[in-house]
Amino acid sequence: MQFLTDRKRAVGNGAGSEGTHHHWKMIVSSICLVVLAPFFIFTFGSGLGGSYEEVLAFFSRPFVALVMGLGLVVGLNHFKMEIDEAVEDYIHGIAQKLTLIAVSAATYTLMAVGLFALLKLAL
Amino acid sequence: MVQFTLPKNSRIRTGKTWPKPDGATNVRKFKIYRWNPDDGENPRVDTYFLDMDKCGPMILDALIKIKNEIDPTLTFRRSCREGICGSCAMNIDGINTLACIYGLDEVKGDVRIYPLPHMPVVKDLIPDLTHFYAQHASIMPWLETKTNRPAKEWKQSIEDRKKLDGLYECVMCASCSTSCPSYWWNGDRYLGPAALLHAYRWIIDSRDEATGERLDELEDPFKLYRCHTIMNCAKTCPKGLNPAAAISHIKQMMVERTV
Repeated sequence: MQFLTDRKRAVGNGAGSEGTHHHWKMIVSSICLVVLAPFFIFTFGSGLGGSYEEVLAFFSRPFVALVMGLGLVVGLNHFKMEIDEAVEDYIHGIAQKLTLIAVSAATYTLMAVGLFALLKLAL
Repeated sequence: MVQFTLPKNSRIRTGKTWPKPDGATNVRKFKIYRWNPDDGENPRVDTYFLDMDKCGPMILDALIKIKNEIDPTLTFRRSCREGICGSCAMNIDGINTLACIYGLDEVKGDVRIYPLPHMPVVKDLIPDLTHFYAQHASIMPWLETKTNRPAKEWKQSIEDRKKLDGLYECVMCASCSTSCPSYWWNGDRYLGPAALLHAYRWIIDSRDEATGERLDELEDPFKLYRCHTIMNCAKTCPKGLNPAAAISHIKQMMVERTV
């Protein structure tokens, strides 16, 4: 049993002096995705259903490749920030730190694989 | 890790059913959470029946009638009986509210009464609000000034005074904080809607000279930014206040001084 005062428990280690930057980044990426997500879905959807050569030609177009690349980077970054929030909400202690590392690794791996595939298609 | 099930010693059992009042025709059933720390038993839900022709109109009237006439061991807080002191906050029919201003006619069917959710229980309907009050104290709920005290009073324009409307009315009943899932999971670090509403009340006060320090104290991923705008706080507040809006204004101020 710890003999801590109520005030000490409430104050904890004080303020972490961060949070606003993350909050602002979420707002910015959300606004970007409002524009980007319909482009991404429409463009990706248009490219489906053709032959191998047709799909290759479609994703070689600069606009399509740029929209796909931006969608991957902005979308996955936003996804990572949201998942981080959820992890911080529901998981605590060492499990939280390990899960945050795993989420980072999974996100950046997905991003690298997606961009590599896109480059292979586009170039 | 968040717990999705109650610990074994917190699981609620069916409790005692008290007899119906003799000769009553307008009877209503009350199911009330009971727990006594001294008997070592699990919590239970007791069933009471009241003659509504001889009962006042509010939930608190019914509770007082049960305590006076049926079961004197039923324990709950109450004081002002008019929604000013915030003592009788409890979960009624699934809503955190004040028993003294919540009408029996607002509840359909059986009346289910529990203590405020996700707080340690002292006894029956009394939650332990120690940490909640300490969090409130930590936001310095008083006027902080550095300028020498004026000869008379600290002056405030009518427009600036109006900014405090919708904030100063909070009675610290804890209905909002205990309805907030973020406060359930991270109540040790997240200040919760009530403390943040009070923080904003002093941040926005034109007479207060510690705005920067107050914002510095809230600049934290947990203290402030656990609010995900779920809005349970605004929905449940028995005084009709909107703590989520106050939190949103604090976040706007944070962005304005950073970006």
